Amino acid sequence: MEAAAGHARAIRPPARRAIPDGGPRSAATRVTRIRVALLATCLVDTLFPDVGRATVRLLERLGVDVDFPSGQACCGQMHVNAGYPEQALAIIRNHVAAFSGAELVVAPSGSCVGAVRHQQARVARQAGDLALARDAEALAARTLELTELLVDVLAIEDVGARFPHRVTYHPTCHALRLLRVGDRPRRLLSRVRGLELVELGDAEVCCGFGGTFSVANPDVSAAMLGDKLSRVLATGAEVVTAVDVSCLMHIAGGLSRLRTGVRAMHLAEILATTGDGP
Amino acid sequence: MSAGGPAGRSGAHGPLRGREPFPDAARRALADTQLRQNLARATRTIRARRAEVVGEVPDWEALREAGRAIRAEATQRLPELLETLEAQVVARGGTVHWARDAAEATRVVVNCVQATGAREVLKVKSMTTQEIGLNTALERAGIRPVETDLAELIVQLAGDTPSHIVVPAIHRNREEIRQLFRQHLPEAPAALGDDPQELAAVARRHLRQKFLRAPVAISGVNFAVAETGTLVVVESEGNGRMCLTLPSTLVTVMGIEKVIPRWRDLDVLLQLLPRSATGERMNPYTSMWTGVTPGDGPQTFHLVLVDGGRSRALADPIGREALRCIRCSACLNVCPVFERVGGHAYGSVYPGPIGAILTPQLTGRPGDRVTGSLPFASTLCGACLDACPVLIDIPQLLVHLRGVARAGARQGRRPPSPSTLAMGAAAWVMADGSRLGWAGRAARLGRRLPAAGLPPLARWLRTRDLPTPPPETFRAWWARTRRGRS
Amino acid sequence: MVGADPARPVVNARTVVLGRLRRALQPGVVPEPIVRAYRQAGPSPPGAPALLDRLQARLLDLGAGVRRTAPDTVAEVIAALLAARGATTVVVPAGLPRTFVPGAVVDAADRPAPTLDQVDLVVTGCAVAIAETGTLVLDGSPDQGRRALTLVPDWHIAVVAAARVVETLPEAIARLDPTRPLTFISGPSATSDIEFRRVEGVHGPRTLDVILVTTGG
Repeated sequence: MEAAAGHARAIRPPARRAIPDGGPRSAATRVTRIRVALLATCLVDTLFPDVGRATVRLLERLGVDVDFPSGQACCGQMHVNAGYPEQALAIIRNHVAAFSGAELVVAPSGSCVGAVRHQQARVARQAGDLALARDAEALAARTLELTELLVDVLAIEDVGARFPHRVTYHPTCHALRLLRVGDRPRRLLSRVRGLELVELGDAEVCCGFGGTFSVANPDVSAAMLGDKLSRVLATGAEVVTAVDVSCLMHIAGGLSRLRTGVRAMHLAEILATTGDGP
Repeated sequence: MSAGGPAGRSGAHGPLRGREPFPDAARRALADTQLRQNLARATRTIRARRAEVVGEVPDWEALREAGRAIRAEATQRLPELLETLEAQVVARGGTVHWARDAAEATRVVVNCVQATGAREVLKVKSMTTQEIGLNTALERAGIRPVETDLAELIVQLAGDTPSHIVVPAIHRNREEIRQLFRQHLPEAPAALGDDPQELAAVARRHLRQKFLRAPVAISGVNFAVAETGTLVVVESEGNGRMCLTLPSTLVTVMGIEKVIPRWRDLDVLLQLLPRSATGERMNPYTSMWTGVTPGDGPQTFHLVLVDGGRSRALADPIGREALRCIRCSACLNVCPVFERVGGHAYGSVYPGPIGAILTPQLTGRPGDRVTGSLPFASTLCGACLDACPVLIDIPQLLVHLRGVARAGARQGRRPPSPSTLAMGAAAWVMADGSRLGWAGRAARLGRRLPAAGLPPLARWLRTRDLPTPPPETFRAWWARTRRGRS
Repeated sequence: MVGADPARPVVNARTVVLGRLRRALQPGVVPEPIVRAYRQAGPSPPGAPALLDRLQARLLDLGAGVRRTAPDTVAEVIAALLAARGATTVVVPAGLPRTFVPGAVVDAADRPAPTLDQVDLVVTGCAVAIAETGTLVLDGSPDQGRRALTLVPDWHIAVVAAARVVETLPEAIARLDPTRPLTFISGPSATSDIEFRRVEGVHGPRTLDVILVTTGG
């Protein structure tokens, strides 16, 4: 097809549409179907497959064709952020090759999309691999975080989900500050039937995960997590949600240790739910 | 690191003060609940005030963009701008000295003071003089340095070190300060209360006579305008004005990166700095002077230009961005790590996110176990970049300096460290879909995490549970249900 | 070592530092132009009534006192301020109109600065005032005097002509001569060093009063 020109956000349907209460069928009747390659992320692939399955279920319900390029592995962020850019180079090369045939890529992760958009090309350029840097840049322009795809490309805020629970939303740092997803997740949540969205105090403060930070600086990380958990518990929510499984893994690890009974769920899992319970 | 090579002959000077790597120092700081309370209260107040006065400026982003460009130009034209600055200051009656490192800088300052015969000097709060360890050098030469900024005075009386760039005594609360004043200042009444107003009044009485009599003062500088030779000091209390005006001799110490190209650049920087630093539309006092003015202020003026590792930072095309810093501290106040551990845990005169990128570059020992731990003292949450008035991409620099730290630590080490080997193995797995799939299956078989893919987890498990590996990876599910397509 | 030959190492250091800096920079890098898309000036011309209102509000916010008056009643306003506080010793710079404070002591360059500690207050003019931030700028002109004059006394009254009130900082920067000693004053001295709580009145004048002189009435 055409060479991918410009940012994928340019791929916009002519009019914004919400799915009527009847259900998601109208989206499925769209004339041109959108096809996306799922960047599952290494963490979802190996530890949280439910999030990947929920993403597929959600997108297919909305009439999107989903591929899973099996060559994909990891975006390289962990290695770059841990100070091993040379080792990350092979990971980035693999990532770029795995998605070379994809017109549009979507990931249920603000952090991994952040790495694709703001890190991969830079690391390649600094390593002197200019061809890889160019390809990475082009791929970055076709890669979207899940809520960006829903709200900007599909122009859907009501995804037809039903989730009758009290939920609070933690804006993860990379989604918030690298991608600037803004209120897209909140807009999506506010249209979920039965869902009561409660505001999280000091929501924009980091949960203390920071990838290898949580291992290299376990005490500071735990102190930050402690404050995040008290804020979550103060909302009285049954579920805390976010757009990154890494931060959720951290928050869930703390919630579980404290036996709070509060669950951590990825936003995709909530949006994919149509029945009475998750 | 690139050209330049190590500058300081002795390791005794420079910004580094601590001997412990950040994680250890942070652990001790976290145990101090009073400190955490003091910090949380103060940083919360500053953040709210900053947000308010930044929010009301309609062209804030245009100012930040101009600020970034001005400071970038200053670093790109540094040698030429310093020569212009020198020529302007000399033309207006000042004397300019150059210093390669901290030791040389303190020697120059001590010489300038000794030439006056003074045994006591007044000091205006200055990060650069902290960095070069000037007070210790003065004391060694038999000269008593008197800090005149309220917070610096508190720190000096306590035999403590500053823990914040703009609010050096942020780690102390009013009761602690009341006790210090009672103990050390003869001007403190017996019934001294802990009201900040009362405490400030004691400091005024204590310093008043010193201001009126002191023959020499030492200051730092916020900006130095190359085209005019004008120096700028931004302050609140008036101690700066006192020191810059009343003594007959003034010695100003500046890191060479403080230079800005032109007068007009103050349009931007004097709007960005106070709002970012203290959350004020404008700080109470800003003083500007150019050389010597007959009949007004000090009639002898020395300007000391200090390299102290800045030329080395300049040689790193990525790392040099840190030299744009205008020392506003906004990054400290928004940093969730700083808020919990305070400035001392960074073991450097420059704490917080900016300190974590500045210190390893200024010391020139990025692989050292103390400085090398600083770029890792961040979750990369990005709050610092959002707050930075000159758009220093602190998260990106932290990541860059992590690589430099790893490379520095690797130097001369054979064989590679266990963590390097583990990350290498992980990279091998993570650079290939089928290998990652295989690792996922292996993990499931053992019902444990793919050890190669993740670093040691014991410390994580102290306060957090780990997820149980799922019965089936996503990849396996996809292959099973979609009959594997690529 | 110390003082042996102070000149030589200094010259050396200069050459070494400049050499290091030149080696650190790639040759031929041209700095990008500075885009000055920020507000260079506000919509109101200097002295516009809206600016005076704004300046007054900001100054009050900062803890300064503000009086407005016509040119021929400046002296009365000052006299009233003095009387209210029982102030008797007043010092003024040589270039301030004598009529403002009859009987004031005129500052002389050879007067030792410490003696200024004994006067009740100083009355001066003002080079530029910035409405947006509530800032007064003194530039050492004859009506403002040397810097010590407005620093040591505990009370400062500044007489500000409306025409010198601009809206923004860039407008003030454009009007100032950088080679003069400049003091930007935004309210009385203050500190936030204790628990980041603002306390007014540390080392500079603890009281600042501004007299805005309007011609329109």
